[in-house]
Amino acid sequence: MRAGPYGTTDLPVLLPFRPGARGAAEPAPGLGAAWGVALALVFALSAGIAEAQSDAGRPSTVATILKWTPLLAQGFALNILISFLAMAIGTAAGTVLGLCQISLLPPVRTGSWFMTQFFRNSPWLVLLFYCMLLLPFEVNVGGHIVPLPDWFKATVGLALPVMANVSELVRGAIRSIPFGQWEAADALAFSRRQILWMIILPQCVKRMTPPWMNLYAILTVATPLCSIVGVNEAMTLTGDALAAEARNELLVPMYAYLLLWFFLYCYPISRATVALEKRFAVK
Amino acid sequence: MSPAGHVTRTEAPLIHIADVHKSFGKVEVLKGVSLDVAKGEVICVIGPSGSGKSTLLRCINALVPIDRGSIVVDGQEVNDPRLDKLQLRRKVGMVFQQYNLFPHRTAIENVMMAPIHVLKQDRREVESRARRLIAKVRLEGKEDAYPGELSGGQQQRVAIARSLAMNPEIMLFDEVTAALDPETVKEVLVTIRELAEEGMTCAIVTHEMGFAREVADHVYFTDRGVIVEHGPPREFFAQAKDPRTRQFLSQIL
Amino acid sequence: MDLTPLWEWFRWLYGATGVKLTIFYDAFDRQRFFDGFLTSVRLQAACLVSSVVVGVVGAWLQGSRLKPVRLAVQGYIQFFRNTPPLVQLYFFYFALGYYLSYMTDEGLRVALVSNFAWAVICLSLYAGAFNVEIFRAGIEAVPKETIEAAEALGYSRLRAYVYILLPLAFRISLPALNNNLVNLVKTTTISYAIAVPEMLYVANQIWSDEVNVPEMMNVLLVIYVSLVGVVVWIMHKWERALRVPGYVS
Repeated sequence: MRAGPYGTTDLPVLLPFRPGARGAAEPAPGLGAAWGVALALVFALSAGIAEAQSDAGRPSTVATILKWTPLLAQGFALNILISFLAMAIGTAAGTVLGLCQISLLPPVRTGSWFMTQFFRNSPWLVLLFYCMLLLPFEVNVGGHIVPLPDWFKATVGLALPVMANVSELVRGAIRSIPFGQWEAADALAFSRRQILWMIILPQCVKRMTPPWMNLYAILTVATPLCSIVGVNEAMTLTGDALAAEARNELLVPMYAYLLLWFFLYCYPISRATVALEKRFAVK
Repeated sequence: MSPAGHVTRTEAPLIHIADVHKSFGKVEVLKGVSLDVAKGEVICVIGPSGSGKSTLLRCINALVPIDRGSIVVDGQEVNDPRLDKLQLRRKVGMVFQQYNLFPHRTAIENVMMAPIHVLKQDRREVESRARRLIAKVRLEGKEDAYPGELSGGQQQRVAIARSLAMNPEIMLFDEVTAALDPETVKEVLVTIRELAEEGMTCAIVTHEMGFAREVADHVYFTDRGVIVEHGPPREFFAQAKDPRTRQFLSQIL
Repeated sequence: MDLTPLWEWFRWLYGATGVKLTIFYDAFDRQRFFDGFLTSVRLQAACLVSSVVVGVVGAWLQGSRLKPVRLAVQGYIQFFRNTPPLVQLYFFYFALGYYLSYMTDEGLRVALVSNFAWAVICLSLYAGAFNVEIFRAGIEAVPKETIEAAEALGYSRLRAYVYILLPLAFRISLPALNNNLVNLVKTTTISYAIAVPEMLYVANQIWSDEVNVPEMMNVLLVIYVSLVGVVVWIMHKWERALRVPGYVS
């Protein structure tokens, strides 16, 4: 059995490892869902305890949390927006960078390799700070002053490591296509560009989809980092809500509530990734 | 080894190989190989694995660049930095041991791709030709199957049709039956024999001695990068002179 | 060795070009930045070791005959894999930390568990969740026949595990394990959020005091990339050294 596209890269990737690809003990579908329920129970239980602890005359914990839910949802929507945008930018840039890594021109190859390794080895939070503090607050595009809001700068900061990981995915996937495919296409007089776009890359897409989805899940759980640099996403707003309420018994249920939101969003993605992997492994 | 002198025809050979050397790193795979293939001729190259047979084929269509020597295909010097490789490869078709079909395209798409995208031919015209070729390799009804849904022998026949779709003047076959189940070997060999009978110039690397004897106009035996012995199949198989050839034949027959 | 000339060169650099690297020529900044660097390294080392321990224990528990145990491990993995590490950290530090603290007579709240310890606990559990799956996959990738062959040769089951299965499984796990550990080293920076005085946190203090954001950002990036690069390099060497020729998993 050949190693997966990311099993063959020479340096560790941020995450795209999938033990499941080798038939690991994957949970039965119901199992993780059961855990989601368990998490919801913890949340409910903690809310209940908080209820018992709270002084009489104050609104109940559940009511308080419900009160803040619309705001939280707003923040969460920003998390999702950031994750979509960062993924789109990172994937586009990463694909170009990955193709540069297999360029026939040594300087292009070395340069893109270096860039990939650099951004892959940088902590996400440091890159986030970097973009946040060093990108201008507005840019001049052809005479028009376009403001760069904080959340967009954060998106760029998150897109950088995504780019590096996609670059490595693309390179790994291309390398995993058997050499015979290149040879056969060569013998049929296809040009290098044609071979890449018509024969190699279409085959890579399938191999890259599961690790790419995995990367998306990782990106999504990284979006709360934006709260550290002052973007008003779900984590920041949860903190604001807690500060406004100033009730210590709310700490556990509120954080559990936020965790639950992310879990409900990410768990199906992770299930789908595993399912896709299994389907591709059979063919 | 002097250039093969068996070609008695007066016209220039379609493939002229003279004193070709090729090394991979420190390993010298071809140590001065010379042979000629006339138009319409079918040659078989046999020999133990690692004797450079496959490399020789790959040199003919410039998949592997040579270090020294000369290969002239239809008047075109292959060992020339200014060579138009794409031009050369339109003339020379190749079929591989591992079929190398494009797994994301159906059988007929595999056959149609290169004429449409490389030769820029009209899609409808290409499609009707592709259907004829699929029928020629006896795979009617399998046009829309993906390579993964076909047996090895069927895939290999699609690969032959794919090569033929480029209207090549020469076909190279690189151990095309080596990866096949014994029962499907025959269907592929039949297809190749038909091609040979139609007058296609073929260079065939094979382990199938019976097939070589039947189809070849001339048989070459290579060992450790040189041509040890060659001749018309009847003489070659009946009265090999070199002890290395005799030993090889006794092991394989 | 006296490094004063080097420090003075950086002072000169500031005067000549405006590149303000106080962490070299200012003794106070130098000291706190170096402490931050050491804290980062300590934090990373502690997390690496304990996450591997978590992974081993988890993989062992996952092979348990008791269904509730397996379920619990699976739940733990899914929870930590599918929620943000930063929110996990806040949950541990602020929410659980609140219950693990007491009030002194002077009315001061004293935490029983330090920031540093919370960071280690949370990050080890986070990376440990991935490690469990990695080790488990490694064990399952060893063909059953290998163990059967060992038993046929008279190995007891335990000995077959210790001498044959685990060494093979570990080698199979290593590339994925290394990926994950490198990821962990990068993720330790999030302990900034709970004021663990590691490099990022200290750098933030310095750029607030000295107003030299670009310089500090670049220094940080270079140091982190080199730190991670060193880890990657060591892991890679290790992987090479343990590779079994011809054994394709």
